[in-house]
Amino acid sequence: MEKYAILHTIPLDFNMINLTKVKKVFIFLLIPFFCFSLIGCATTYPKDCLRLSEDSLQMRQLQMRQYETTNEREMILASAGVFQDMGFTLDDSETDLGLVVASKDRDATNAGQVAMATISAIFSGLSGSSSDSFAYIDKVQKIRASVVTRLNSEGSKIIIRVTFQRIVWNNSGNVSRMENLNDKELYQGFFDKLSKAIFLEGQKI
Amino acid sequence: MRTKYNVVFFLLIVLGLTGCATTTQRVLDTDQSQVQLRSIQTRAFDTTDKKKTLKVVMSTLQDLNFVVDRADLDLGSVTASKFANNTLLKMTVSVRPRGKTQLLVRANARFGINAIDDPEPYQDFFAAFSKAMFLEAQEVD
Repeated sequence: MEKYAILHTIPLDFNMINLTKVKKVFIFLLIPFFCFSLIGCATTYPKDCLRLSEDSLQMRQLQMRQYETTNEREMILASAGVFQDMGFTLDDSETDLGLVVASKDRDATNAGQVAMATISAIFSGLSGSSSDSFAYIDKVQKIRASVVTRLNSEGSKIIIRVTFQRIVWNNSGNVSRMENLNDKELYQGFFDKLSKAIFLEGQKI
Repeated sequence: MRTKYNVVFFLLIVLGLTGCATTTQRVLDTDQSQVQLRSIQTRAFDTTDKKKTLKVVMSTLQDLNFVVDRADLDLGSVTASKFANNTLLKMTVSVRPRGKTQLLVRANARFGINAIDDPEPYQDFFAAFSKAMFLEAQEVD
């Protein structure tokens, strides 16, 4: 009988605070609703994503070399050879347009990240909680590159341009980074190898 | 009591309605007129040299920091990708003849999971492209 009485009083209590509570619920639901409508499904792109940037001239100097030849096919072959030297596999090519696309998957483990994750795991271990910091350290990366050849405006030399980019996945299998690679040494290294390849192929090696 | 439930129920329905579009809508992507989209993404050029145009497309894309994914001379298309704000920006440019003296160049891009359908980025692209082509980009109706 006592139990029944308690149960019976609860709805009565609710009725008494009904109006203020509805208002509260309403406001609480309205806030996320507004947030949802603001976010929508879209993420916006950077406004200048297809605009020539100020450093495009600098990038051109980094990514482009001229070669004293007019044989585009030979240059495409040499570029494909360099990709193979670097452990890339060819994804696509169109010799008529002077294009070779290649990629490779490599380890992306970074000593600094591992150290930070270890420290974080030790601290959370000491505080008695479990840590998933290792799930967020980089694990695998895909490096992609494309070479495009063309004749210069006088038609006397061949211009070769290469661009690199990479996608990095972390231990939990999510993409952690996607970036265009603009490192000077990388491009320098590629063209050194290309010059060597042209020499080797010229010597029929 | 009943009012409270009604309000909650109403809000849930509204939230459900504001969600993303259906699969069919997503596949067809018809929130903009087809004609309007084409005029935003297409320009005509006074040349018939498809190969040269495609090569300029590729070098323009490289100028914009893209890595070319694939190209096809017969089909007249180039696909390339680059990353901005940790998001994939993918773009296809296709070239096809228009009459006997012109080529139509069409570009379409997506950023992450969204199509780019504002005029500005395409204006930027065609500005860079026509500079490299030494030809004026003509608006197409």
